[in-house]
Amino acid sequence: MYQGVIMSGFGGQGIISAGILLAYAGMTDGKYVTFFPAYGAEMRGGTANCSVVISSEEIASPVVAYPDTLVVMNEPSLARFEASVRKGGLLLINSSLVAGKPKRDDVKVQYIQANEIAEKMGTTKIANMVMIGAYSKLTGAISFEGLKKSLQKVFPRARQEIIDLDSEALKKGMEAV
Amino acid sequence: MDEKLLMKGNEALAEGAVRAGCRFFSGYPITPQNEVPEYLSWRLPEVGGTFIQAESEVAAINMLYGASACGARVMTSSSGPGISLKQEGISYISGANLPIFYANVMRGGPGLGNIAPSQGDYFQATRGGGHGDYRVIVYAPNSVSEMGNFPKRCYDLAEKYRIATMVLTDGLLGQMMEPIEFDFEPVDPAKLPEKDWALGNAEGRERRVIRSYDLRPGYLEKMTLKLAEKYKEIEEKEVKFEAVQVEDAEILLVAYGTSSRISKSALMLGRKEGIKIGLLRPITLWPFPSKIISDLSERIKKILTVEMSLGQLVEDVKLAVEGKAKVYLHGRPSGGIPTGEEVLEVIKKIMKS
Repeated sequence: MYQGVIMSGFGGQGIISAGILLAYAGMTDGKYVTFFPAYGAEMRGGTANCSVVISSEEIASPVVAYPDTLVVMNEPSLARFEASVRKGGLLLINSSLVAGKPKRDDVKVQYIQANEIAEKMGTTKIANMVMIGAYSKLTGAISFEGLKKSLQKVFPRARQEIIDLDSEALKKGMEAV
Repeated sequence: MDEKLLMKGNEALAEGAVRAGCRFFSGYPITPQNEVPEYLSWRLPEVGGTFIQAESEVAAINMLYGASACGARVMTSSSGPGISLKQEGISYISGANLPIFYANVMRGGPGLGNIAPSQGDYFQATRGGGHGDYRVIVYAPNSVSEMGNFPKRCYDLAEKYRIATMVLTDGLLGQMMEPIEFDFEPVDPAKLPEKDWALGNAEGRERRVIRSYDLRPGYLEKMTLKLAEKYKEIEEKEVKFEAVQVEDAEILLVAYGTSSRISKSALMLGRKEGIKIGLLRPITLWPFPSKIISDLSERIKKILTVEMSLGQLVEDVKLAVEGKAKVYLHGRPSGGIPTGEEVLEVIKKIMKS
């Protein structure tokens, strides 16, 4: 299997953290993984995106030009990356913040009200985890166990109740699709 | 031997240096290498080492000059413009036969350039970089694992030959995360053999002198010819490369670092379509793997260098091939990153020609 993923949204939405979690979970599952962030003058409220590759074979290039899955966390990300998704690929859209509809009819589209789900759990900060949970369920590229095991590694300074909340948000995301 | 870690390339480079015995770092910030000093600013004090954010790159390299003369395992790092500023010091250090390790996490140039990954500093790295006749051993990793494991090789060679060594990498390898396992036991620098040339407390021993010059007529030539002997030995013994599917190849790609991963992606795509592509990846850029490329060019008559620069690596390839095969170039300068698909298109055009 091979999954090239682009995650995109605002700075502050946890795009980079979610990407690292995805890569860590893939590694925990015994897959080859790479993670590559857009870097430079990044800031809260600006744009943030990253590429993750999860593969059962050695990964030659970490550059994801044409993603198999695009995780869209905000409106501008849809316009920016929609055209690059591979035919037959997956568009995972946070419909809480994205009003627009994709123009493509050759990709699978899945809407998730990630911010609403997260807010009901107490904080919109975990909307990224809801999306990752949905991604895990839809693609099977990473396991829930892999994700759960990776949380403490990716967030070493987080308290146990935060880790538990993240884990719960992953589950809610899986249930939402 | 170690738990598998998911690390950023720049952090792997820094951690690898510490595990290889680095106890002194001086540098000055620049993107995309900033995670190296950020990491070392807390990691070096943990092991009793010294981290200094210098007032400039010129100061940083001269601090390295001093610390190395006293026998420490030292490191600095920067990106293109900062490495340019350090060249004067690197030339002095080379003339003085001192072992240092440094890294260039390349960004787009020339000038201030941009912060995108690039390979435009190949000439600077492989031709010495500063003034005068000297060479620097250049390792070019193509994974986070190699980013973490190459500093150890560099320190070992630096001290064996008393020479400057470097890792030449780029923003992509510096910023990306990948699993890594360190392939060596951590080095305790206190347990390394004493250096019989290092300065320090001279009480009870002969005076030692470290300098990069000799002003007496004819003497400097003798000093530099001594350097040449050392360089010749390194060219004979220390070449490293990786050859992928060259046995039946009808076209040979030559690429290092990030470009070599992209080239491998083109190789895998092309092989699925039945195109016999091989890849030769120089791991040391100096000493350059000229012999293997020369040997392969006896049989493979089409050679394509893929580089994120305007045609620098291709010159070394042509020197090695000596006209025995046709050498092509696919170069993307100043932050352009080729894709495997793009390289495969170039290969198809060449195969038709």
